[in-house]
Amino acid sequence: MADKTVLARQFIEAIPHAKALGLDLTHIGAGEAEISMPYNEQLIGDPRTGVIHGGALSAMLDTCCGAAVMSHPAAPGGTATIDLRIDYMRAATPGQSIRTRATCYHITRNVAFVRATATDDDSDRPVATASGAFTVEGG
Amino acid sequence: MARPRPEPMQVVKHRRDAALKALVEGVPYIRFLDIAFDRRGDELTGVLNFDEKLIGNPFLPALHGGVTAAFLEVTAVITLSWEHMFPRIESGEIEAGDILTDENIRFPKTIDFTVDYLRSGLPRDAYARAFINRSGRRYASVRVEAWQDNHAKLFAQGTGHFLMPQPPVSKG
Repeated sequence: MADKTVLARQFIEAIPHAKALGLDLTHIGAGEAEISMPYNEQLIGDPRTGVIHGGALSAMLDTCCGAAVMSHPAAPGGTATIDLRIDYMRAATPGQSIRTRATCYHITRNVAFVRATATDDDSDRPVATASGAFTVEGG
Repeated sequence: MARPRPEPMQVVKHRRDAALKALVEGVPYIRFLDIAFDRRGDELTGVLNFDEKLIGNPFLPALHGGVTAAFLEVTAVITLSWEHMFPRIESGEIEAGDILTDENIRFPKTIDFTVDYLRSGLPRDAYARAFINRSGRRYASVRVEAWQDNHAKLFAQGTGHFLMPQPPVSKG
């Protein structure tokens, strides 16, 4: 079991786009994952306010959901996104890092169902939530 | 009644291209992903220029699903903003230099965005076009499709809802 978490971690950390965004996998295991992303001026979506672009959040949430699937005890290997929906509740506060937490709450032989939340320093008010379906591969 | 003489082509082209350039190049994240827009009249096509840092699965390799989502969303917001502002760009009310500096020019905000991943994104350039299903006073619904080598074989499509910029509340 521990090996799988190590493998999932190595896989996530080898993703070129995860490196480009500066993603840090802070927790992984048993169908759950947490990722943190430092504030980065290159990712600004509104230059007047300095708010991070929603697209960067999408990439982060997608990565976090994929990591949660791979770490699930019933997942034999890799995964790919089938569909992902993101709801944007509010703008992330400029200057703060963003944290995402994903849970793979159900898995079958072929499909994994995942939910995720993104927050900034004010962890009581989500910045965005995601829900999606992922493939289950390598079985 | 004589029809007014049309503006010289270069004037029209310059005005539209300068406005589009300001809209796109002023956003750091669009530069980070290296997305450009190809304009034919009022029709826009987003172009995601491939780079190694866009890879999500280094073993296949394939584009990162989040990059695909971001590319679709950027194409949706830019297309919606462009159509929303186009009459005011044409009338000269909005000038290219004002687009990202004038506080009164505001952009649609994403409410939600859903992406269907149809096949894996290949490690090469991708294209996307957005279609506005409906744009009302408060909300808009936009559909986007993305393809690579063959337009008939989409690798992703998406639908999003947007909150349109509200006119300032008049006092009194």
